[in-house]
Amino acid sequence: MTLMKSLMGAAAAVALTAGAALAEPALIFDLGGKFDKSFNEAAHNGAQRWADETGGSYREIELQSEAQREQALRRFAEAGLNPIITMGFAMADPLSAVAGDYPDTKFVAVDVNWLDAPNVRQIGFAEHEGSYLVGMMAAMASESGTVGFIGGMDIPLIRHFGCGYAQGAKAVNPDIEVVANMTGTTPAAWNDPVKGSELTKAQISQGADVIYAAAGGTGVGVLQTAADEGILSIGVDSNQNHLHPGKVLTSMLKRVDVAVYDAMKAGENLETGVFAMGLAEEGVGVAMDDNNASLVSDEMKGAVDKARQDIIDGNVTVTSYYENDSCPALQF
Amino acid sequence: MEAFVTLIQVLDSTIRLATPLLLACLAGLYSERAGIFDIGLEGKMLMSAFFSAAVAAVTGSVWLGLLAGIGASLILSALHGVASITFRGNQLISGVAINFLASGLTVLVAQSWFQQGGRTPSLFGGGRFEPINFPFADALSSVPVIGPIYSELLSGHSILVYVAFLMVPLTWWILYRTRFGLRLRAVGENPAAVDTAGVSVVGLRFAAVAICGVLCGIAGAYLATALQAGFVKEMTAGRGFIALAALIFAKWRPWHAMGACLLFGLLQAIALRFQNIDLGGVIIPVQVMDALPYILTVVILAGFVGKAVPPRAGGEPYVKER
Repeated sequence: MTLMKSLMGAAAAVALTAGAALAEPALIFDLGGKFDKSFNEAAHNGAQRWADETGGSYREIELQSEAQREQALRRFAEAGLNPIITMGFAMADPLSAVAGDYPDTKFVAVDVNWLDAPNVRQIGFAEHEGSYLVGMMAAMASESGTVGFIGGMDIPLIRHFGCGYAQGAKAVNPDIEVVANMTGTTPAAWNDPVKGSELTKAQISQGADVIYAAAGGTGVGVLQTAADEGILSIGVDSNQNHLHPGKVLTSMLKRVDVAVYDAMKAGENLETGVFAMGLAEEGVGVAMDDNNASLVSDEMKGAVDKARQDIIDGNVTVTSYYENDSCPALQF
Repeated sequence: MEAFVTLIQVLDSTIRLATPLLLACLAGLYSERAGIFDIGLEGKMLMSAFFSAAVAAVTGSVWLGLLAGIGASLILSALHGVASITFRGNQLISGVAINFLASGLTVLVAQSWFQQGGRTPSLFGGGRFEPINFPFADALSSVPVIGPIYSELLSGHSILVYVAFLMVPLTWWILYRTRFGLRLRAVGENPAAVDTAGVSVVGLRFAAVAICGVLCGIAGAYLATALQAGFVKEMTAGRGFIALAALIFAKWRPWHAMGACLLFGLLQAIALRFQNIDLGGVIIPVQVMDALPYILTVVILAGFVGKAVPPRAGGEPYVKER
């Protein structure tokens, strides 16, 4: 009997360790949904790349409501998934509530960098630096001396984008006018292309001839209307140059895919702490490909490359909106 | 002069934003005047937006797209009719179900059809409704005052805009000057009287719900194939509910419905154009403008400005006495 017991115990221990060794990573998408052509889709692409390369599998969930955030985290943690990757700033509060209860599970928080939790890898992107570069390109491409910015939901993160953009534009042309609008104040603002179109038309009538959209699904309407009206637009997060070839000046890349890929690759041995993904780490950047080659002059390319190096070397500092919740170059 | 140009641009934007509201509002008007409450306007518009964009993308013809959109919306209307007229179910619950159904189904079908993450491919060429330019619009544009009004404000919209605004007098005429309209209104007030007169209550109500489906179909197609070039998930963004608010605001009357929709469109256009409005030191934040349609509706409903009385038999299934 005792022999039987110890045998079973051993078997159970083997099963447990086997289970632990096979722990799958998990990915929690934000409300925008897996295929938003932007932020969440980039995460999906990174995870898919990891799965294709390693043959591994991962679990995922697309959140449908605020109430599911904590529930999804706990479900995945209880199921022994590790690491658990979360998307978006709104996961910060649920994470700080849950992470402490599962000290052996590693969490990854994209777009969060202010939590005090030892088992969370926090990844903050320097969106203002990437936006600064596209702002420079906008100002150089503009003939009217007015450029536009259309944000999605009015939250500090989106103001952070707009602030970097305005600083970049003003660095090229101090007299440039930057028109900034937000689509709305509720999550519906991420998926209202009709409003995006109207905002674009309103900005065009105010003289804007290059418009940067940081607005999720609403940006689809902005890019479309800009192409229809014959002005240039700038995409965000993923490379959106291909949506309207020759009409999209560039896209501000936020390499969420790299962040997710790296986290999955590291698996349970993931390093935790706060990580910044700026220009130096190639966490943000500008998209150059065949679709926008005709729009980008050598002069523009040179200026952007120089500015990137200056920012990395610390010769140029782009002020972050978060520093004191205001922007030196733009009034919201 | 610059103020005038801005005014024209804001009014131009008003017309574009008011059109889907107006179509949905008139759709609700027919349905509710016949005694069938319909909070599924949003879902029907969304379904139509998707199918019009999808069929226009596949066939390259926006007219086929429009037909498909109307068809999809009609199917949802039929569902609502069967649930609430034939089976005498709760009209509000059926409407909510239609909204959920449309919200989920559009993304699901779009994903399995196009694999673009719940979007349709971008439409171009014959896949979209092009703006119609009135004769002499360019030549007249330099005439002061009248020129811009004619060439900017009135000309240059897609055909569905003109259809929407022509629907207003047509609806008035149908409701108040035809036998069908009289019966339709009667069936919403006192279906037993209509039944006594030997007219089919069920038939009239189904006709009203079908008209509602057609108009919602046009509204959805307008969003996806005229204003935009494709479908994006949840692209109606609550317009069906604003249309309902406009319907109450207009107290279920066609001309007033146009007024209400234009007012709500104007509020949106101003909010989009000016963001925070500075009125001599007092800054009105953009959120106030966004909320105004709902605030105005509540004020009307509360009875501060006249009284909004819905059709008397609204919301109640008709049961024949035996």
